[in-house]
Amino acid sequence: MTERILAPFSTIGRRAVALAAGIGRWGMLTAETFRSLRHVDVWGRLLLQQMAKIGLDSVPIAVFIAIFTGIVLSLQASYTFTGAVPLYFVGVLVGKTMMLELGPVLTGLALSGRVGANIAAEIGTMRVTEQIDALETMAYPPVAYLVLPRVLAGIIMFPVVTALAIAVGIGSGWLTALQLLDMSTPEFVRGLTLFFEPFDVTFAFIKATSFGFVVTTIGCLFGFHTRGGAEGVGTSTTQAVVVSSMSILVLDAFWAVTLL
Amino acid sequence: MSIQMNEVYKAFGDVRVLEGFSLEVEEGETLVVLGRSGSGKSVMLKHIVGLLLPDKGNVWVDGQQISNLPTKELYLLRRKVGYVFQFAALFDSMSVAENVGMGLERMKEFSREEIRDRVEECLTLVGLEGLSDRFPAELSGGQKKRAGIARAIAIRPKYLLYDEPTTGLDPLTKAVIDRLILRMNRELGVTGVVITHDMESAYRVGDRIAMLYGGRRRFLGTPDELRSTTDGVVKGFVEGRPELLENAS
Ligand SMILES: Nc1ncnc2c1ncn2[C@@H]1O[C@H](COP(=O)(O)OP(=O)(O)OP(=O)(O)O)[C@@H](O)[C@H]1O
Ligand SMILES: [Mg+2]
Repeated sequence: MTERILAPFSTIGRRAVALAAGIGRWGMLTAETFRSLRHVDVWGRLLLQQMAKIGLDSVPIAVFIAIFTGIVLSLQASYTFTGAVPLYFVGVLVGKTMMLELGPVLTGLALSGRVGANIAAEIGTMRVTEQIDALETMAYPPVAYLVLPRVLAGIIMFPVVTALAIAVGIGSGWLTALQLLDMSTPEFVRGLTLFFEPFDVTFAFIKATSFGFVVTTIGCLFGFHTRGGAEGVGTSTTQAVVVSSMSILVLDAFWAVTLL
Repeated sequence: MSIQMNEVYKAFGDVRVLEGFSLEVEEGETLVVLGRSGSGKSVMLKHIVGLLLPDKGNVWVDGQQISNLPTKELYLLRRKVGYVFQFAALFDSMSVAENVGMGLERMKEFSREEIRDRVEECLTLVGLEGLSDRFPAELSGGQKKRAGIARAIAIRPKYLLYDEPTTGLDPLTKAVIDRLILRMNRELGVTGVVITHDMESAYRVGDRIAMLYGGRRRFLGTPDELRSTTDGVVKGFVEGRPELLENAS
């Protein structure tokens, strides 16, 4: 009887322990990643390649999302404001929302699917096929060779892709305002600049950088701890995407609470 | 003593794999390790390069104790050791040539041309000339295995550890690889540890032969001593007669 009453608590307890262990492993991998900075000879020539893979290759999906987000934001703003608020506020809403929230977060979530999954699957496969052991025996420190270039590329490229997404989103919002809302360009730009603060850019940059860090480190973490063949790789990949998406949302709220 | 394992214990959770395993490999010899599938041969071999660390006991290689070695020294030591993985473990994002050249590149002593020549030479030694631009996914199982061997010998290591180098190869290729192992030993003075199930290969390449059984070393001796052993467990394994094994244990 007592066992049955206590069962949910013991499940929660076990989950909490697993979570703590996971965070511990993440902390250790992150520390090791920063220590590996000294092996420039190992990771240096891999960085560009990863920047292309993580950054450039993600541009299409980020742009695609941004275009449609811009359109919807513009139309929803005018729908919400009908009559009550001057139409140029559409520009305020599109600009602020893209920059502060949707640009970084939607890009981050899209890339956690694309980049996080890719990293976890690639490193996970290398783990279960003993390629990581092979790196070790050939005197390549695996964290310097596999993790560091991906994490640095994430930190550098997420902000770049996010900036592009923000620009494209605002652009598509502006085009929508011109074509469908009978707004003029000066009106839209007036709204865009009205409440603009340079801090908005910093804020977006901080978010994107932290998302890049979180997505790549979590992808690497699940990849590194993969066990048990193809099925294990599948599991790590899914977990990497779920955990990094959740982390993005939590971080997003964290930055809003601490910085705004 | 070039490679030495003293009373090594290793368990994964409840699975106890090594239980007091000891082995000494003499400088310049080729030592064959036999054992049934799942007996812990690969686990044993991984201890020699520090891919696994013993729960208890210690491992010495080239005068250094692996488990106490700072990372930097461990990596330096690994440059003297070539490791042939049981399932090749080729880097699948790289061509065969890049795979084989990886170790040389890390040593930073060789020019691009030297690396290219050495890679070509090693591929020829294992009978893979002309396949250097292929990717691992485009190779057969046996070709992968041989590419793995080429990768291990490319750095001209002092020690070579082979995990089932001839399993799954046709008789002719098997003989080629056995000869290659002998040649590495005779001409380059390599100290080798060869894991195999194949008795023919074992007799062909082994200066001494050991058998791993129940987490410990059950036998160690010359090929002649192995042929005339009276230990039922060893004899049963070598001759493929399970009934001898049952009587003995
Ligand atoms: N990383 C690991 N985690 C958990 N168990 C392991 C691990 N590596 C090996 N084992 C277990 O250790 C035992 C010995 O494995 P090992 O691979 O050394 O066998 P083997 O003698 O090489 O067999 P084979 O001839 O089939 O290659 C097996 O029971 C295996 O399940
Ligand atoms: Mg094995």
